[in-house]
Amino acid sequence: MTNTDWPLWEVFVRSRRGLSHTHAGSLHAPDAELALRNARDLYTRRGEGVSIWVVPSAAITASSPDEKDPFFEPAADKPYRHPTFYEIPEGVKHL
Amino acid sequence: MTADMTLDATTRTAALALGDDALVLSHRLGEWAGHAPVLEEEVALANIALDLLGQARVLLSMVGDEDELAYLREERAFRNLQLVEQPNGDFAHTIARQLYFSTYQHLLYAELAAAEGPFAPLAAKAVKEVAYHRDHAEQWTLRLGDGTDESRERMRRACGALWRFTGEMFQPVAGLDVDGTALEAAWLASVTAVLDRATLPVPEGPRTGAWAAGAGRQGLHTESFGRMLAEMQHLHRSHPGASW
Repeated sequence: MTNTDWPLWEVFVRSRRGLSHTHAGSLHAPDAELALRNARDLYTRRGEGVSIWVVPSAAITASSPDEKDPFFEPAADKPYRHPTFYEIPEGVKHL
Repeated sequence: MTADMTLDATTRTAALALGDDALVLSHRLGEWAGHAPVLEEEVALANIALDLLGQARVLLSMVGDEDELAYLREERAFRNLQLVEQPNGDFAHTIARQLYFSTYQHLLYAELAAAEGPFAPLAAKAVKEVAYHRDHAEQWTLRLGDGTDESRERMRRACGALWRFTGEMFQPVAGLDVDGTALEAAWLASVTAVLDRATLPVPEGPRTGAWAAGAGRQGLHTESFGRMLAEMQHLHRSHPGASW
């Protein structure tokens, strides 16, 4: 396999109606239309999906691992944000 | 499995022709495994090859034992079009062959699926697969034709080189109840439209040689087909009935 100048694309697949698109992986393709077709061949060959999104990897802004502490640490000591202080009434099954 | 004797002889003749098309093209596309320009494209070509192999198995099973037919027939007993046996060449040649053949196969299967003949069940399933093969070939034709000078020149050369094998697709086949003239007109209109969009010239010159008219369907094949068959059949011939 030789290297190509093709950009990288991130692939999101919705497995069933009602679920949201989930990141499935990434691939190379010269443009969006072929990225969609490559995604179909690579990630939905066993009937995994009903819908595909492709996004140029370059378009994704990611949080940096270096910023982990200021980003995520402050949430750790705020237990009141978790819905654990409620008593679940009897007879409620799907909460 | 033995031949489906509920089918008449002409139906089995037609099944052999369509089955050999699918089998031979499947093998040619499989030759790209490990050699395709990029990994993503290799998977795409292998997917198409597997679709065709599935079609070939159904069609050849209508005629007789699929393994015997695929691995133990001599060159002259194959009834595939000469187009599908043409070597892969560069990627442009493979795409031109795909464009010509999958456009034909899509139009043909759509017609067979709509009719109520013996091929309707297979065609109804395969037409969806083939629609994707056709789309794949068209997408690549557009990008190679309207791409760089190099890709355009290669695609132009490939379309021209395979042009003379395209007339054979519309020769009548016994047992295949389709209107060859209408099929040919639809094919020509579609391929012309794609080539126009790809800024490629429609090749000039005859679409059949006097010697080539219907030749593959009569068992006359081009030089490279023998070598392809040798590779395809040698394992089965060396180890008959082997399995894993």
